[in-house]
Amino acid sequence: MTQQLILYPLFLQIGIGIILLFAWSKIKFQKIFSILGSVVSVGLSCWLFYYIWNYGTQTIQSGNWAAPFGITFVADTLAATLVLLTSIAGLAVSIFSAGSVLKDRLRFGYFPIFHFLLLGLNGAFLTGDIFNLYVWFEIIIISSFVLITIGGEKAQLEGAVKYFTLNILASMIFLTAIAVLYGLTGSLNMADLAGKIAAIENRGLVEITGILFLIGFGIKAGVFPLYFWLPASYHTPPFAVSAIFGGLLTKVGVYALIRVFTLIFTSDAFLDNILMVIAILTLVSGGIGALVQNNMRKVFSYLIICHIGYMIAGLGMFTEVAIAGAVFYLIHDIIVKTNLFMLSGLVYRLKGTNSMRDLGGIYAKWPKISLLLFIPLFSLVGIPPLSGFWPKINLIKAGFSGGSYITVGAIIFASFITLVIIARLWAEVFWKEGKELPFRPNFGYFTKMKTYKRLQFIVPVALLSIVSLYIGFGAEHIQELSARIADELVNNQGYIDSVLNLKK
Amino acid sequence: MRTTIILKTASNYLLPVLLLFSVFILLRGHYLPGGGFVGGLVAAIAFILHSFANGLKKTKELLMMHPGYLIPTGLAISFLSGLVPVALFDLPFMTGLWSHDPVAILGNIGSALFFDIGVYLVVVGVTLTIIFTISESA
Amino acid sequence: MEILIAIMIGFLYASGIYMMLRRSLVKLIIGIILLGNGANLLIFFLGRITKGAPPIIPGDAKVFTEAFADPVPQALILTAIVISFGLQSFAIVLVKRAHTVVRTDDLDEMNATDEDS
Repeated sequence: MTQQLILYPLFLQIGIGIILLFAWSKIKFQKIFSILGSVVSVGLSCWLFYYIWNYGTQTIQSGNWAAPFGITFVADTLAATLVLLTSIAGLAVSIFSAGSVLKDRLRFGYFPIFHFLLLGLNGAFLTGDIFNLYVWFEIIIISSFVLITIGGEKAQLEGAVKYFTLNILASMIFLTAIAVLYGLTGSLNMADLAGKIAAIENRGLVEITGILFLIGFGIKAGVFPLYFWLPASYHTPPFAVSAIFGGLLTKVGVYALIRVFTLIFTSDAFLDNILMVIAILTLVSGGIGALVQNNMRKVFSYLIICHIGYMIAGLGMFTEVAIAGAVFYLIHDIIVKTNLFMLSGLVYRLKGTNSMRDLGGIYAKWPKISLLLFIPLFSLVGIPPLSGFWPKINLIKAGFSGGSYITVGAIIFASFITLVIIARLWAEVFWKEGKELPFRPNFGYFTKMKTYKRLQFIVPVALLSIVSLYIGFGAEHIQELSARIADELVNNQGYIDSVLNLKK
Repeated sequence: MRTTIILKTASNYLLPVLLLFSVFILLRGHYLPGGGFVGGLVAAIAFILHSFANGLKKTKELLMMHPGYLIPTGLAISFLSGLVPVALFDLPFMTGLWSHDPVAILGNIGSALFFDIGVYLVVVGVTLTIIFTISESA
Repeated sequence: MEILIAIMIGFLYASGIYMMLRRSLVKLIIGIILLGNGANLLIFFLGRITKGAPPIIPGDAKVFTEAFADPVPQALILTAIVISFGLQSFAIVLVKRAHTVVRTDDLDEMNATDEDS
């Protein structure tokens, strides 16, 4: 049975999704079932991670068709880690949704679609077939379209139109890239492609295909200059939806970039240079964009973009140390970005607004909550020993040894600007003298809630904060993990052998 | 909206014929052109034609349940058909299992047939839900 | 034949992108549809066109002996068509809702998300 272990997270999510679809209007059941299912999912992905950690990369040929003809599912350490992080973030957001999403929205199938989104994420991480990756991407974006429009407010629909258009365009470009790739090689299995692409003599065509993949995934990941849909849409849906989008959706794009550019289009100086330039521009423009915003969620949206730059920079430098840094940052970023959007939801419930100009005085009134919120905010900045600090060491070290001083400069600049933004946010939201805001009689203020309802806001934030603290204080373990992942990614022969069954 | 008596009468006869045809397409799908997706579309068209002629309300009464419930039912059937080889034979997900002796009319029965039936139901459910939603809000 | 299809694919892509760049929401959907069809045709085309040789092995043989049409692109296109069917129907519903709520068809007037709040 352990041979099928790779697919269990997928089975679980699809099972939860189907059962929740049957219980369409039973909201209470949906809440409880979704949380329980997410707990089981954390357990399963821990098991998967433990198994992969001890026994190495595992593969399964679905339908029993041998690779490269069938669809292969591969769990290497990177995939297993990301599945684990997805399930942790999924659990937190599931609890948070149960508390924060309005009843009208839950009645339109919020929870089943949420679990189909998680299914798509897990599938995208685990698949070893490029067209199958496209299908998982489509499952992700269709679910995300429903989640972003659910409720149908004016700003939400406008944001959805922008989100929708650019994501469809990205999918079409991705599909075009797959078509060209298939025309070049006649294969879709990523491990098989790795060998076939290296053997092609017309490098110009290969580079163009690489660029097409870069644009397609780049739109999804939100890199410069393709990110403008992101700050236009991420602040419009319910907070729980922003949390899962901010934490995981752009990271799937980054994962796809890492996978494709370490496995298929490797060691191409031209593509690496483009990645570096993009990374620098993303770091700078995202940071400056965040500086001028007033809405908390818009600030975090721009910070997502800014911090995508770190991972792209790590990928662009393409040394083992740099990729270890990128992977470490990815691990840290998924947890902390999910947490930040839930944090803004909590602040919204405390004061009834997200505008930094109007907020203030939270520290004076709720010191304990403020202390809790301090952890994710300053983990993001990376004040040592909190979690954002450690991956940057790797990145800067790799930048110096590779001689790319401009990248090092951009990384330091982005860290500094993040510090400025978060310090300003802390001063405005928590320390500043609180303004008396107009009381909204029908608004569900935090102070009016029952205890269990309050816990549904506090527990997920606390859970992810604890994970963040572990990443910060247990950096040694995460460093070991990301070094191993980087080793697997750079020396990809192990991956290829285990997919194509060459070892035995 | 007024509909002609010709369409009204014809749709009453066309509905069962089209449904039968959709099942035929579903069953021949494994070796010949056809399958769950096309069959599901034909079945959905049958109901849509009925709703054009007799109004949405009559079609909903005919269906007796919300077409949305066909989606999880179909998904469950497809998913379980893929899960059977995992649960019973410890083979990879979606491995095709086939009966040895052909059954009358249907031919060899395999897990792929159940997968296709699931697809059929999902397509009918999704298409009808979309069309009903659009025409209700119009 | 190949050149004709290549030109057609280029035309579909160009007109799709052109339509997406217009300000009207309806033209946006038309653009998405054209672009999707262009991409599907491209997959079909890049799988090499083989005339009149379906990939079906005769009952008394084990392997193919002659050139045959590649079945994989057709499977890919079928998947892509189903997906774009779902996306397009969602797009139509979304645009319809957006139009009733925002009361405009002009993308330039959809700037509530840029407001500072």
